[in-house]
Amino acid sequence: MTTANDPTQKKSGGLSDIRKVFGGGQSTLRQFGILGSLIVIIVFFQIMTNGLTLSPTNLINVVNQYSYILILAIGMVMVIIMGHIDLSVGSVAAFTGIIVAKSMADWNLPWPLAIVLGLLVGVAIGAWQGFWVAYVGVPAFIVTLAGMLIFRGANQVVGQSTTVPVPPEFGKIGAGYLPELAVPLNFNVLTMALGVLGAAWIAWSELRLRAQQRKTGSDMAPAWVSIVKVVVLAGVILWAAWLFATGRPGTSFPISGIILVVLVIVYSFVTNSTIFGRHIYAVGGNRLAATLSGVKDRRIDFFVMMNMSVLAALAGMIFVARSTASGPQDGNGWELDAIASVFIGGAAVSGGIGTVIGSIIGGLVMAFLNNGLQLLGVGADFVSIIKGLVLLLAVGVDVLSKRSGGASILGIWSRRRQARLETAAPEAPAVVPTAGTNETSQPADVVRD
Amino acid sequence: MSPTLRSSEAGHPPILEMRSITKEFPGVKALSDVSITVRAGEVHAICGENGAGKSTLMKVLSGVYPAGTYTGEIWFQGQRVEFKDIRASEHAGIAIIHQELALIPELSITENIFLGNEVAKRGRIDWVEAKREAVDLMARVGLEENPDTQIKHLGVGKQQLVEIAKALAKNVKLLILDEPTAALNEDDSQHLLDLILGLKGKGIASIMISHKLNEIEQIADSITIIRDGRAIETLDVRAGGVDEDRIIRGMVGRSLESRYPDRTPKIGEVFFEVRNWTVQHPQAPERLVAKNSSFHVRRGEIVGLAGLMGAGRTELAMSLFGRSYGTYVSGTIIKDGKEIVLKDVEAAIDHGLAYVSEDRKVLGLNLLDTIKRSIVSAKLRKIARRGVVDDTREAGIAEEYRKQLRIKAPSVDVGVSKLSGGNQQKVVLAKWMFTDPDLLILDEPTRGIDVGAKYEIYTIIQKLAAQGKGVILISSELPELLGIADRIYTVFEGQITDDIPASEATPENLMRSMTSAKKKAIA
Repeated sequence: MTTANDPTQKKSGGLSDIRKVFGGGQSTLRQFGILGSLIVIIVFFQIMTNGLTLSPTNLINVVNQYSYILILAIGMVMVIIMGHIDLSVGSVAAFTGIIVAKSMADWNLPWPLAIVLGLLVGVAIGAWQGFWVAYVGVPAFIVTLAGMLIFRGANQVVGQSTTVPVPPEFGKIGAGYLPELAVPLNFNVLTMALGVLGAAWIAWSELRLRAQQRKTGSDMAPAWVSIVKVVVLAGVILWAAWLFATGRPGTSFPISGIILVVLVIVYSFVTNSTIFGRHIYAVGGNRLAATLSGVKDRRIDFFVMMNMSVLAALAGMIFVARSTASGPQDGNGWELDAIASVFIGGAAVSGGIGTVIGSIIGGLVMAFLNNGLQLLGVGADFVSIIKGLVLLLAVGVDVLSKRSGGASILGIWSRRRQARLETAAPEAPAVVPTAGTNETSQPADVVRD
Repeated sequence: MSPTLRSSEAGHPPILEMRSITKEFPGVKALSDVSITVRAGEVHAICGENGAGKSTLMKVLSGVYPAGTYTGEIWFQGQRVEFKDIRASEHAGIAIIHQELALIPELSITENIFLGNEVAKRGRIDWVEAKREAVDLMARVGLEENPDTQIKHLGVGKQQLVEIAKALAKNVKLLILDEPTAALNEDDSQHLLDLILGLKGKGIASIMISHKLNEIEQIADSITIIRDGRAIETLDVRAGGVDEDRIIRGMVGRSLESRYPDRTPKIGEVFFEVRNWTVQHPQAPERLVAKNSSFHVRRGEIVGLAGLMGAGRTELAMSLFGRSYGTYVSGTIIKDGKEIVLKDVEAAIDHGLAYVSEDRKVLGLNLLDTIKRSIVSAKLRKIARRGVVDDTREAGIAEEYRKQLRIKAPSVDVGVSKLSGGNQQKVVLAKWMFTDPDLLILDEPTRGIDVGAKYEIYTIIQKLAAQGKGVILISSELPELLGIADRIYTVFEGQITDDIPASEATPENLMRSMTSAKKKAIA
């Protein structure tokens, strides 16, 4: 086997190593690309809005406005990796919202119990849909299309198509902020503390990664790459924390943002490092091979569908909290935003590929696009058109680059870089030293022969 | 065929000449100055290890890589041709039949034969005429079926014939067959080879790519050997002196002393026994895929399972492996003196069974995954604590297997889809070795991989046996079974028909037991 684009570029340079920030597997390249687009979008709007985009108030706004979509994206990416889809999340969110609002308004349930009730509603709905998908074998598209109708209607039955207000304490989870400590500093101490914690975690995990690589003797990036990586990432986190901490007095990092960050960390860990997570990728990538390896695929189907509904319930409660009431039109179209985020974030329609981080980045692309266009005064009509085109473009580039043998969106760019590094690297092995860096046509075909 | 042509066989005019074909991909020359000449009415075989450039050459010829993306000239029927796509090459009379068949399962034979080439008048398909022509074509390829039968109801062998009929419908002059018998049993293979010879008699030349050297030896008139993207030599089979060893020598560039590594088996006591195993077909309960089958495996023993395609070898293996196939009816499994019940795959793995499936891409691997994740995937619990996978150990273990099995990849973080067939198979073997099995069931472990890699796989199998594990080897290649098994069971229509020690087994007596139900008493 002679291959040109085997990732033989061990230790060839920072690019491939920086990519490792986003975890292992073959989907890393795309995420690297989509992260690039996110940065481009933010910088673009930052310039166009004269610095409004990255102002504390706007950032807080973005988090408050989109955290529930991002939470849905976390569940959705797992569903999509499994090769399913969930169209019911908006309706499930709305139904949970009305139940929770009613429970507090009519039955005087204290708000913590109401949250528990809401989550239980999510579990029940999830078990219902999971049962149909996993054990009856109805395609998730149909099950959740039915769910979309059923729970939208159920919301309107329970709420009699009216809006039900929720008490202000409950509002905290959707519109609350980290509290101010009684210290004479002109920024929010807790927010900064979180930022420092995050930066420290970045440094620690890089050290751990290097220790592991040293131990197993696998390819390790040069020290300077790690240092640059840690400095850049920690810098971004601290800077973001600073922006959140220095907003209008009384505001800081939103509670809903904290819920989101915790969920991202937990679910990244679950999908990457647990048996359950590995089984999701295994079944999504090749169901037959997974079952022949002892994976109980139906059980995975069930829990992934159930998990999605629980997250939808949570998103619904956060939304209700933020808008201080639950209404009959809550959650309309959320499923589409969540699904779009996941696909922009590099997931494959056929399943098996996708990451939590990628989907969050994809969701942020949508969020900043939306937000930036709104700041520029673009009407909702055009925002919708532009969002649609971005989705098409993102997945289109992805499909095209896959056809030519790579794995990524903007990965075309990084692959070329890689090829150049590869041929430049003196130790690049096993490559007939003839063709040079002619970057046309289909490199992967050679491998398949 | 006209008698004037017959008089000077070797002097046939060339139907195809590919001159100095060079095809480059970024960073690698896939083909370098390759020239081949195919004469009218001959069967020309192309041999080479996987990755040698055979398929690339055929893609250049058939227009998959359009003219301009390679250098060199193609002359077909005396004219210089430059195909811009497959349609262009088909139009000229070149048809390629791929390893993976390109038929549509839900359509009928007639519909498939004329797909893209419909018998139509002003856009309206003339089904009567189409069917008449289909019956004609089917007769030419020796396919006895109703032309309205849906493709999904045909076996692979018959599907292959439909493919050829489809090519004939396009008035083909040169047929390219890429591993045509890879998925066929001996009978169907023979039929196909006879058909190729028959077509040759009617003036249709063929280019055949195959790993099965005995078939090549049997039907090829000349053989071009490709190695590392270069045409090494062209052998004239009619001139004599060309046998399998000669071809292999050309392919690998060295003489393989033996295709099977030497070994002195150390066989222990019986540790795995199956008694009266009976299983129903999953869709048709009246069909038994395993009928009252009993057999046993000793420690350190390699037991062959010989049978024709459809005999039920895979079905038997999978039904044992956690009831992955069919509906269990009756029978017991005894391991180490105790009866065990394997209700699902997890239980089978826990009891020390491993099943390396016949089709590694469909059943064996998640092609989206990396080497290291694939290797640990069948027993994640082994490296996990409270459900959390220890990725340091994962990387370490994968690295060990990479070295031990000599998986050719720069690191274990490489995706398995980027590996060659032989290396993918090694990953699958590593995956099952990682589960610490006592009994490995290997279903066609060397299918579609090249000679060098096969030798390595055999070595691995023998090492496993030497560690005291039992191995059941399912193979359609009798020489392979004779080469490395210690004892061979034959299977016919779901029944075990014979139990022959390797020392007494010959292709003839195996084939006899593989094709008849007369059951010899098994001691």
